[in-house]
Amino acid sequence: MGVLEDFGAWVVYTLLGMVKGDPLAEALDFFIYDTLKIFLLLFAITLIVGVIRTYITPEKIRDFLAHRKYGTGNVLAALLGIPTPFCTCSVIPLFIGFIRAGVPLGITFSFLISSPVINEVAIVMLLGLVGWQITALYIGIGFVIAVVVGYVLGRLHLEDQIEEFVLTSDVNKGVSRDGKELTFKERVGIGFEESKRIVGEVWLYILIGIGIGALIHGYAPEDFFLKYAGPDNPFAVPVAVLIGIPLYSNAAGTIPIVQALMAKGMATGTALVLMMSITALSFPQMLILRKVVKTKLLAILVAILAVSFIVIGYLFNMVL
Amino acid sequence: MIYQGGNVRIEVLGSGCPNCKRLEENVRTALKKAGKDAEIVKVTDFREILAYGVMHTPVLVIDGKIMAEGRILSVDEIVRML
Repeated sequence: MGVLEDFGAWVVYTLLGMVKGDPLAEALDFFIYDTLKIFLLLFAITLIVGVIRTYITPEKIRDFLAHRKYGTGNVLAALLGIPTPFCTCSVIPLFIGFIRAGVPLGITFSFLISSPVINEVAIVMLLGLVGWQITALYIGIGFVIAVVVGYVLGRLHLEDQIEEFVLTSDVNKGVSRDGKELTFKERVGIGFEESKRIVGEVWLYILIGIGIGALIHGYAPEDFFLKYAGPDNPFAVPVAVLIGIPLYSNAAGTIPIVQALMAKGMATGTALVLMMSITALSFPQMLILRKVVKTKLLAILVAILAVSFIVIGYLFNMVL
Repeated sequence: MIYQGGNVRIEVLGSGCPNCKRLEENVRTALKKAGKDAEIVKVTDFREILAYGVMHTPVLVIDGKIMAEGRILSVDEIVRML
């Protein structure tokens, strides 16, 4: 990434003639460098995920997970959730398809949690902004939470909390499929389209997020957040989780801001769980899930998620 | 062969999220590009969507056959399917 770094510095100090040490120059330097790096990464990773997705279809995942035992089933579901993002509007058909094919409830939830938390945009933003170590931590923690929360939900035997129509509605009227096997070239074409679409959807959020992050970098005093969100404030972790859970936002816009907060003193564990609770569940998503499961199950899900995030946050603030 | 407009039935399945709308736009553009006419049906009720046995929206159905699911087909791809 050295070339990109040089390019950012060149634009700011040579082309624009700004002075080193000027906070605006520093903010701009960050902005140019981060944006270029992230767009390159985003394009590459979404292309790869787009191609992988043509191989791992929801139908294959469903059949693979049907009638699995709790434990291994949760691990497999959380693993399969990583390369298979889905749009929020697919939550209901996915949920019903899984349940009706015999995928246990808790295993279905492991998939439904891992997929949005460990999504390609979040990974790109983390890789680009905070390095591979914290990205690996984020993926690892997201994975463990998806497994554990799904497992606990399964063990609580909440099958009575599934809405009646999920089990009774007609799920197949025998529509035929265009059975052609895709060629590799077609798969790459699909991946490319996906990549174009995702970049088109998130580029503005990335610019705004990095812009705000760059301003924090350039203007907020060193250790500004140490007092409020540093490791010594015991309330920082629960507050971060409570803020993040209902918040509807995308990783593209929030991760650059969280990264800037970290640079100004927010503890790593607190920052990690803030990002995770933002991606894991949001208010609109809960409303969608409420159509297929009853309020009690949703409340339990949110509670288990919140408790796991808080535990993880404290744990990492202690060891990091 | 006499071309009869409107005898192709295209269904776009999706609950009305931005992705589904984009697929529908692409379908309309593709029809224009191909110079064809078709009946476009939007299926937004998720119970109805489920009945197609799909789990991933948006879905494109042409003459009762599922052509693609869980992704937005490009205009050119749709043109080739028409």
